[in-house]
Formats: sequence, structure tokens, C-alpha cells
Amino acid sequence: MEDLAANFLTKYNYWAFIALVMIGFYAMIVKRNLVKKIVGMNILQTAVILFYVSIGAKRDADLPIIAHGHGSASHAVHAADYINPLPHVLMLTAIVVSVATLGVAIALAIKIYRQYGTLEEDEIGERIRNA
Amino acid sequence: MKTIALLTVLAIGAFLLYGTPEFPAWGDPQAPAALHVSPYYIEHTIEDTAVPNVVTSVLADYRGYDTMFETSVIFAAGLACLMLLRRYQPKTQETRLYRHVPTGITLRIAQGGKIPEASDEFERIDSQWVPYDLIVKLTARLIVPFAQLFALYVIAHGHHSPGGGFQGGVIYGAALILYAVSFDLRSTFRRLSERTAILLSAAGVLIYASTGFLCMLMGGNFLDYGYLAPLLGGDPVMARSHGIFIVEIGVGMAVMAVMVSLYYNLASAGRHDEGL
Repeated sequence: MEDLAANFLTKYNYWAFIALVMIGFYAMIVKRNLVKKIVGMNILQTAVILFYVSIGAKRDADLPIIAHGHGSASHAVHAADYINPLPHVLMLTAIVVSVATLGVAIALAIKIYRQYGTLEEDEIGERIRNA
Repeated sequence: MKTIALLTVLAIGAFLLYGTPEFPAWGDPQAPAALHVSPYYIEHTIEDTAVPNVVTSVLADYRGYDTMFETSVIFAAGLACLMLLRRYQPKTQETRLYRHVPTGITLRIAQGGKIPEASDEFERIDSQWVPYDLIVKLTARLIVPFAQLFALYVIAHGHHSPGGGFQGGVIYGAALILYAVSFDLRSTFRRLSERTAILLSAAGVLIYASTGFLCMLMGGNFLDYGYLAPLLGGDPVMARSHGIFIVEIGVGMAVMAVMVSLYYNLASAGRHDEGL
């Protein structure tokens, strides 16, 4: 039990990530409405972004922008003073891409609504079978 | 069905939880993710590219390939949304509604009637009663230019402060979407037409890729901006800094245009009428 508490206190970022992943997966599997599924997919994406960004954190470190970058060539730069820039780069593009893919998902939902007049999965299936 | 799904989700959660003791603690400087390539990026960004913002130099230089294809994904998403939703209607003479803006009178123009020319005085509306929001429109008119200026600043100052093409492009797109929300889609098309938006998004990706090919023409590898030094002036290190800036402009254009064209198509379901 003490192990679990220590685990939670030092690694609560993973716990938050796991909670978001579970919420997102549940919405994607169980919800019958396509828009709710899209919302679940977005929660899952947010979970992954949280996971990456929290990995990049370092204790007592600064933003990954080199201080006094120009003018002092002899100035030594220590990697431990700056947080890890790599996850930020990956998630920066991932956020914009997730907005663009969200647009495509909503476009598909609009197209399905035009065709079948509903966004409920079971009703769409019924209409496909009856057609 | 629900219980099976719940059990699956709980099993996934339990598996992930089972793995957490192996993971580094929050904020651990010795985490494996912080030990391999990232120290190199942090320690060499100034001497390699003269860009103090490590995120920008990694985004556009060290990992330039990745960013180029991310930009193409965004462009492809914009095109996919357009192809799924856009509906072209033949220009028929139907009954149209216009509002005379200074007086607020709604005109109904029957089939074959004389249609007023496009101007600020007459505004085409789709339903009988569309409220004219003076306060919203005035506020948007005040905010939009400053938001656009801030977006350009974010793109241009990405070398020294948090920012760059993606962020600035999204802010610029948001400014145009604010304009479209507070006015209507038709008046936004007069500022930035659908055609221009698509051409801009293609041009952004083209700028990125052609910078890469220009580096190959100058004798270097794809996206190795150091070889652009004879064209841009200065030493190879400054050439890399300038090369990053050119690429960021391309990214900003593509992201801005795709955000706006996504909004055009989603807000009007592809009909490109009055919109939301």
C-alpha cells in the first residue's frame, strides 16, 4: 500500500494519462453517437499529448530557450538547465494535426448525416440493411 | 456489450498501471527521454543554427523531414474536407433576400429581379430575419487586425521566444474565423476567397519542399540549409537560421489557409452560403 502511495505521488502524471486514456477508449467503444465517438477520440489524443509533454519535464529546469544565446560564445550550455525540447516539438505538430484530422472526422460525420439523416450507429445500420 | 467494453477498458488501464513503476518519476532529469538526442540539441543549437529557441531549431532543422510531412498531412486534411463536403450548385435565379445595411430594411428580390452589386451597403442573407449585431461586429473589427499582427509577430519571433509557423498560423486563422463568425461567410470570402485559401495552403507546402530541393541544387542534402549561404549571404550558421525562417513562413501560410478552409466547409456544410 505504501508502495502504491509513493508511486502515485511521484508519478501522478501517468495516472492522469491513464485516466484520460480509459475515458477516451470507453467513449469510442460504447457510445453509439458518432459525435460522441469523435469527442472520445479527441480525449485520447489529449491523453497522449499529456503523456509526451510530462515526460519532457525536468526538476529546476527552464524553458528550452537558451539564455544569453548571442554575444557570449564561451558561455557553456548545460542540458540539465533546460527541459527536454523534443516532446514539445512532437506535440506541437501533433496538436495542429489533431485539429486538422478532427475537421476531417466532422466532415465525414456531416456526410453520413446527409446520407442517412442520423448520427446514431444502430439506426444507420438499420437503414443500410433496409436499403 | 457495455460490460465487455468496460472490462476491456479496465484491462487496458490495469496494464498501463502495471507498467508505471518502470517509468521515470515526474521531473526526473535522468529520465531516458532526456539522455539521448535532446542534450545534443540543447548544447549545439547556438553553434549549429544560431537559434536560441531549441524547439524551433529542432522543429525546422534537426527534424525538418518530420515537420514537412506534418505540414503535408494538414494540407491533405484540408483537401479531404473540401472534397467530402463541397457542393457546387448551379447559379439559378431564385428568390433572394438582401438587407440594406444603413436602414436595416430587408429586400426580397423575386426571380428575374435586379440583384444589387456586391458592396458594403447591401448584404445577402439566407433567412427572413437575421439579427444585425452591431456590438459583436464592431468588437471583431477592432480585435481582428491586432490578432493578425500578433500572429505575424509570433511567426517572425519564433527564433527567440515561444512561437513559430504552427502557432502563428493558427492565430492568424483564428482571427479570420472570428471575422467569419461575427460577420458572415460571404463577407469573409470577399477578404479571402476559397480559391486563395486553397492556393495559399498549397503554396505553403511548396515553399517548404522547394527550400529542401534548393539545398540539394546547391550541393547539400535535402533541407540542409547551410548550403544556402551563397544565396542568403552570411556564413552557413546564419544561413541555417534564415532557412528555418523561410520554412516557418511556409508552415504558417499552410496552417492558416487550412484552418480557414476547414472552417469554410464545416460551418456551411459545403454550401458556402451565409454560414453560422
